[in-house]
Amino acid sequence: MSASQQTGPVTGERAAVSKVAAAIDRAKAEGRAALVGYLPAGYPSVQESIDAAIELARNGADVIEIGIPYSDPVMDGSVIQAATTEALARGFRVASVFDVVKAVTDATAALGTAVLVMTYWNPVMRMGVDEFARRLAEAGGAGLITPDLIPDEAAEWFDASEKYGLDRVFLVAPSTTPERMAMTVAATRGFTYAVSLMGVTGAREAVDQSAQRVVAGAREAGAERVCVGLGVSNAEHVREIAAYADGVIVGTAIVSALRDGGPAAVGRLAAELSSGLGRATGPA
Amino acid sequence: MAENAPEGSAAASGPNADTNDSRGPADAFLGGSLRHAAGPYYGAYGGRWMPESLIAALDELEETFEKAKQDPEFLAEIAELNRNYSGRPSLLTEAKRFSAHAGGVRVFLKREDLNHTGSHKINNVLGQALLAKRMGKTRIIAETGAGQHGVASATAAAFLGLECVVYMGAEDCRRQALNVARMQLLGATVVPVTNGSQTLKDAINDALRDWVANVETTHYLLGTAAGAHPFPSLVRFFHEVIGEEARAQILEQTAKLPDAVCACIGGGSNAIGIFHGFLDDPSVRLYGFEAGGDGVETGRHAATITLGRPGVLHGARSYLMQDEDGQTIESHSISAGLDYPGVGPEHSYLHDIGRVAYEPITDAEAMEAFSLLCRTEGIIPAIESSHALAGAIKVGQRLAAEGGDPSDRIVIVNLSGRGDKDVQTAADWFGMLDENGQVKGTTLSTRQPKGASPHTAGAVGTGEENA
Ligand SMILES: Cc1ncc(COP(=O)(O)O)c(C=O)c1O
Repeated sequence: MSASQQTGPVTGERAAVSKVAAAIDRAKAEGRAALVGYLPAGYPSVQESIDAAIELARNGADVIEIGIPYSDPVMDGSVIQAATTEALARGFRVASVFDVVKAVTDATAALGTAVLVMTYWNPVMRMGVDEFARRLAEAGGAGLITPDLIPDEAAEWFDASEKYGLDRVFLVAPSTTPERMAMTVAATRGFTYAVSLMGVTGAREAVDQSAQRVVAGAREAGAERVCVGLGVSNAEHVREIAAYADGVIVGTAIVSALRDGGPAAVGRLAAELSSGLGRATGPA
Repeated sequence: MAENAPEGSAAASGPNADTNDSRGPADAFLGGSLRHAAGPYYGAYGGRWMPESLIAALDELEETFEKAKQDPEFLAEIAELNRNYSGRPSLLTEAKRFSAHAGGVRVFLKREDLNHTGSHKINNVLGQALLAKRMGKTRIIAETGAGQHGVASATAAAFLGLECVVYMGAEDCRRQALNVARMQLLGATVVPVTNGSQTLKDAINDALRDWVANVETTHYLLGTAAGAHPFPSLVRFFHEVIGEEARAQILEQTAKLPDAVCACIGGGSNAIGIFHGFLDDPSVRLYGFEAGGDGVETGRHAATITLGRPGVLHGARSYLMQDEDGQTIESHSISAGLDYPGVGPEHSYLHDIGRVAYEPITDAEAMEAFSLLCRTEGIIPAIESSHALAGAIKVGQRLAAEGGDPSDRIVIVNLSGRGDKDVQTAADWFGMLDENGQVKGTTLSTRQPKGASPHTAGAVGTGEENA
């Protein structure tokens, strides 16, 4: 489509301003991959989502993704849909995400945890891209993961993210062509999100074979940091991905743990998942 | 065919510029043709607000479509199917007794209700199913609201030997149970969707989730002129035949262009199809009638352009019913096919430049027009189309009020579908049912039922057993 001619900024993943890159690089310096954990804001309540995210960070997550519950989450499977639907039914308001980001960032300052917001695009557009970015930066947020925003449509987001020094995490998939891979990697700051399979979020038995191919494609396109997500459910999966990626993203499994056992269960799961991060020797 | 598209230049200015399309309707005419707009942008609307996972499939579809529409063989195939399978050209019928209720202007009905499967939906479905075959896909998925697009998709799949899965909101399954059975009889699998509002928007969400996971083998046969590029221009392309025929027919029957053309707006496919024939005729006023539900002041409606504001949903930037947080608001309409909180991006553009007027019609107004057409013309319209009929009554009365001989004035209504599927809803609305939901007066027989015992296997099979 002609829109892809629209040019994003020429910058690559600028480590100097990227909180997320710094967190991933710290893990790298320790000889391991980074753990990226997802939780929706406001589930089961705003306070519990804050508590759970802090547990996640204290037990090994280097980067936290705070999801904004949205009415039409087309990239999400049933577990995350159920959680975000419940949050909305209990009256979650988008602006609360800044409170969650601020509380988690403040509580994890000593750990250097980077806090990203993952959101479908319409809530951002509705608030105003600049206004949203300003408030996110003010709350200490690192940037945005945008599952339904491709760089082709991201002109406003490029401007705002540059202005407020925020990371732009775009997704790449097994279906991404080399041409789009290059364009997307160039548009990205923080890390490139490699979708492991063709599908929506949800726990899977095994890591899809295509994940490694997507990571290799992203690296060929010049990506410095690539994290793998979708279907990653246990320490065994983490170990497998940590062998070739810079970070491992876990969502559904963490949301299930929160649903079944509250913030404490999230902490226990994070600790277990972290055990898979080491490259050379995983703990027994 | 797209050489005149003025939107080519709009596209370069980018999708995010709310304000950079300041052209009024006069400028639009001066700038050239409004027809055959190619996308991806229609002014500030359209585009691809979609997960990256699906972009390759959209590119493949766009490429296949661009080639196909230049390919005489493909165009001949479509024309042949339209003629010998769908039954085109559809008639243009003058509604003489109905006209008396529309200020005395002459009302003509574009009879999409006479197409095979009973609505305009078949035009788009045959085109896209042929594209799916060209892409080597063996499975089609579709969303459906009223069930008309699902039935049309199931029909094309049976006809062309494709597997078909239809996502349908559980609430719509209830409202349109007859169409669920029709789809199953045609060999399709119907998946009732229990997420969210359990209507069309949620069916689209689930169809998109299916598509992401199965895009190698599967074409998503979107049923309206909305969604990510190239769907809006592609769906319009297959419906342009409505407007082309209507224009030629009205010229033949009356030797002049109509004063107004009326259509109902769900996602906007039947409307854009008929409008397209008249977009470049400045004397022809175009009206899109949205579902006003209980009344726009009640909040229970589906009047997206009337009361929505621009946002992104299902892949396109367009008018959208959304709250202050950008959450989609549930729509309400007696008509399942119009019960959608979004609208196709070309309509948003045509609204902004003032080329088309969009107005709400309440459930009550639509049902009154439904009844009126039944009794004055012997035609049972779809409840969706009844919104266009109700609108035409108002437009006719306004035209008559402008003075002169009203019988010199001409209004065309796109009668997008027939009302067989709506008989239950209408019977309920008009108080024809007893407390058990049976049509009053039909439960008096004292004999044992004579019907045969059910053969369920034949009714619910996939139709692929013998393949
Ligand atoms: C008969 C009929 N008319 C109109 C519509 C609305 O769709 P669109 O606005 O795409 O024409 C439907 C949708 O199901 C329909 O069945």
